[in-house]
This record gives sequence, structure tokens and C-alpha cells, in this order.
Amino acid sequence: MRLVILDNANQVADWSARYIVKRIRDFNPGPDRYFVLGLPTGLPRDHPESYHSYMWNHLFKHIDIHPENVNLLDGTCSDLEAECARYEAKIAEAGGIELFMGGIGPDGHVAFNEPGSSLVSRTRVKTLNQDTIQANARFFDNDISKVPTRALTVGVGTVMDANEVLILITGQHKAYALHQAIEEGVNHMWTVSAFQELWSVHSKQIDDPVAFESTRHG
Amino acid sequence: MPVTQFKNCRILRDHELVREDLWVENGRIINPEELFYVQKRPPAFQVDCRGSIVAPGFIDVQINGGFGYDFSFDEDKTEEAVSVVARGLLAHGVTSFLPTVITSTPETYRKVLPRLNKRPGGEDGAGVLGAHLEGPFISREKKGAHPVQHIRPLEKGFETVKEVYGCLDNVAMVTLAPELENACDAVEGLTERGIVVSTGHSAGSIMDGERAFKSGARFMTHLFNAMTKFHHRDPGIIGMLTSKRLPLHELYYGIISDGIHTHPAALRIAYKTHPNGLCLVTDAVAPMGLGSGRHHIGDMDVVIEGERALIEGTDTLCGSIVTMDGCIRHFMHSARCTTVEALEAASLHPATALGITAQKGTLEYGSDADFVMLSDDVFVRATYIAGRQVFAAPGQAFIHEPVQ
Repeated sequence: MRLVILDNANQVADWSARYIVKRIRDFNPGPDRYFVLGLPTGLPRDHPESYHSYMWNHLFKHIDIHPENVNLLDGTCSDLEAECARYEAKIAEAGGIELFMGGIGPDGHVAFNEPGSSLVSRTRVKTLNQDTIQANARFFDNDISKVPTRALTVGVGTVMDANEVLILITGQHKAYALHQAIEEGVNHMWTVSAFQELWSVHSKQIDDPVAFESTRHG
Repeated sequence: MPVTQFKNCRILRDHELVREDLWVENGRIINPEELFYVQKRPPAFQVDCRGSIVAPGFIDVQINGGFGYDFSFDEDKTEEAVSVVARGLLAHGVTSFLPTVITSTPETYRKVLPRLNKRPGGEDGAGVLGAHLEGPFISREKKGAHPVQHIRPLEKGFETVKEVYGCLDNVAMVTLAPELENACDAVEGLTERGIVVSTGHSAGSIMDGERAFKSGARFMTHLFNAMTKFHHRDPGIIGMLTSKRLPLHELYYGIISDGIHTHPAALRIAYKTHPNGLCLVTDAVAPMGLGSGRHHIGDMDVVIEGERALIEGTDTLCGSIVTMDGCIRHFMHSARCTTVEALEAASLHPATALGITAQKGTLEYGSDADFVMLSDDVFVRATYIAGRQVFAAPGQAFIHEPVQ
């Protein structure tokens, strides 16, 4: 595990972006050699704008990726379990996740693998906890009753199978989660802690106020 | 169908200029997310817009002619007139217009109207949305350059309208004076037909204007020109701009901002009073596009001096020779408004007045791909109709690169 400490969120974003670009180029992908970049689900399904809009506006419209190489979990299909299984199969078919990039919640969750999630979980339908629902209310006119209570998510196990995991952590409110993630043991209540066990190199970046908090607790 | 992606531009959307790409397919503006996620198709062509502003194509609802042709007087050459003007307007960023016919005889209307067909724009020129009939039911006092001998009353209201004009199929707008007897009957009849009624060339009072509005009149013709002068105890129909009896969001007015027909202060007063209703019009006449000197319009002789067109031997303006993009620049300068406001005054507002915003006047998904590429100081670089580049300023053409 590698910890990269930077001064502010912009630097974290910049560093990560350059790192990912370098990894993709060094990998030298081609039509028969996919660089599978894993990204966490950002919003619960049935969001009126949906994760699709979010990803389009923040990533896809800025790059020249072919639409057929984009695989998003489809929260609107009728058989959700089949969709999750299909997704896992597609990952395997493409050669497995080469690099997974994500953030964490204040409760230490990665994607929607909230406290209590199995550390060997796969892509599945997950019930969201109150903290997550509250955090997502801002996408639903701050009306808690409108926030969906379930989400499709890749599992902790799914992410653990990746060759490399890059976790970005910024902000004071994530400090305690970071402390739990790297200074305490592997624990299903702080699912990001599972990544301590990856034997391959992976890194986390934080900004200073967070590191300070970490040292204090540790 | 092949999709074209316009990149490196700022588009006018939701009342703002935003850095976004514009996606066009089959003559319409499309939603790129649907193309990306559902159809899973990349674009076939990409265009580098060189940082241009992309605005909806301009709509001129009052234009009497141009490039040597006059819609009212060249009654034997109507098709030619429309063709030449439609083509010439592309250079000004105009993608749709209403050929305007001033006060004329029933014989002229019967000859000319059937030939002013509504037609879509394209490589041959801007689209025709219908005719604007300005007169003959106007005030003799406020005739401006209209021939007084052909001005007539509305003896039987809407019946007279039908008798004089003949077939109304190609008519999109009618200007009349609201103080005329039976005017309201005419307004109702026309409005019921889906024709936009505009009050203008009027010596009427604010009450006359309000009565007409209640009957359906939604537009005003070249505000300030050929209407009762604004007086603080008698505002005339100009007073409608703040009338508490009218739902103002439904009232639109044309204004000629050529720097000559309206004093900058008057422009500012109108803009500050009712900015959302302001529609830029050129009211251009035949010599527009021809340059300085003496020209013949119908049975009048006209002299062009610089930016003014006068009836020979008088100081009476006989219409302007300004271009629509020139209007926009003048307006921005005089009213000190934003670029967005000026562009909307030439596109969104006239489209709303005509009730055609589903297809024209915006860059919303699903609307017709009629747009203009502009420099920051609002000069036309290129004009597009239905997604095709129908005009490019010398040396400014945009390249449509096929995507590998």
C-alpha cells in the first residue's frame, strides 16, 4: 500500500489524472487488449438525471472513448440480479479490472459497499443506509422522501480482484475514515480497509488537514 | 444518419453562453447522451468552431426587400425577389424571415400573396415563415412612407380584411392601427386564424392598444416609429409596455436598432421597461445591400447616404438598410445589454412571438439546426440551416472533418 499526501484537492485530482493517463499509455491497450478502468457508482439508480448524465458531463463528453466501450450498470432493467451477474461476467471477459479508481464516504464505504457489507461481495443490489440517503438528498431537491433507497454497486470483492486500486480521499470529514482504513485492522464496518490486504502496489492520496487528523488518532 | 459534432464553441442555451458541444443529425439538434448511451454511436463528422459563439439563427419579422428587390412593388417578380433576398440574408445570420408587404391595393395582394409561400430554408437561402402585411388598415396620420391613397378603413372588420387581402394562407403577421373602427373584430378574426396581429402605424391611445391586445394583438410594429409620440399624460400605444391591464409576458414588439430609427436612449427605455418582449427587426428596404446612391423603390425614388435611406427631396426615412447582425451590434452598444440578451432579441423573442419555439429560435434538443457562428463582437462567421453550412464569410468556412 502506498500513501501519497498532497496539499489540496486540486493537487489530488491532478496527480491522479496524470497517473491514470500514464498507466493507460504504459499498458498500451488495443482492440484486443482492453484497459479496464473501474469507477464507482456515484448516484443511486432512478435519479432523474442519473449516473449516466453525471458520467457524460464529467468524463465521457471530454474524451474520445467509443460508446461501445462504456459499461454502466443499468438500474432500470427488470431483472436486477441478472444485470449484476452480466456485469461481473463482462468484467471477466474483458480481462478483469486493470485499475479501479474511487473515493470513500465518511463511513469508509467504497462505491455503495456500506458499513456491514461483506468483504467478499460481488456486484449486487444494495440497500442504502441513512447517511448515504441524506448525503444524496441534494440531488433530489433536498427531499429525503424522493431519494431511492437501493442502488446497484460493484462489490468489495469485485474491486479486490482489480490489479490496482486507487483511492482518493479529500476533506476533513473523511479523516476518521482514513484513519480506520489504514491505521486499524481490516473490518467490514469500514469496507475500504479491505484494500490493506492487496499485495500489489496501490495508493491513496489525501490532503493535509486529513493527514493531521490521522496522525492524531494513530 | 451521420452525426456532426461541433466542438470548441460556446452555445447559447438556457439564457447563457456555455462551453458545450453542439450535436446535429438529420437537420436537427440532438441530445448527445441518447446517441452515446442508447445508440452507442460516435459522430461521423467533427467541426472545430474556433471558439465561436453559436447562436440560434436570426429571425427577421419585418423586411420589405433588399438587394434591389421590393416585395410590395416588384409584384411581377415576387419569386425572384424572395429568392434573392433569402439568399442575401444568409450573410447576416438570418435563417428565417417574413417578407413584408406595405399598404397596397387588393389587386397587388392577389398577385403577390399566393407567391409568398412558406418554405423551409436551405442552401438557396433563409426560410420564409409567411408574409407580414403592414397595412392598408393603418392611420393616415402615421403612414410613414406608405402610399396614402391605398390606406383604407375596416368598414366591415374582419370581412374587409378578407376582401382586401384575398387568401390568408401565406400570412404570418398583420400590422394594423387599433384605433380604427372595427379594428377589434379584425384582430379577433385574424388571431383565430393563427395570424399574429401587430399594432402599429397608429395615432391611437393606450386604451386603443389595450383593447386590441385583449382581442388578441400580441405584437407592436417598430416601436416609436409611426405611432403617437410618448407624452407623459398621453402615452399612446407605447404605454402598453408597462400596462397593468395586460399580461406583459405575452406582449412583443419590434424595434429597429440601426442607430438611426431609434435614439439610443429610446432603445434603452424600451429595453429597461420590457426587455423580454424586445424583438430586433431590420425593416430593411430594397436598397439594403446595394450601397450609396440613388435607387428606385416602386414609385418612389430613394437616396442612400451612409447608413440612411431617405425619400428623395425630403428628410423622411423610408426604411432602414441595416442588416440583422448590424442591429444586434447597435443594440448591444446602445442598450448596454449582454450578448445573450441581444442574441435572444433576434432569435428567441421573435420565435416566441410567432409561436414557433419548438422548431426555431433556440438550440434545444429537437429543434431545427438553424444557427449562426459568430465572433465575440458578433460578426457572422458562418450560417447553418438544417445543419448545413449555407454561408461562410470569406476565409472563415468551417471544416467538417470525417471521424476516423
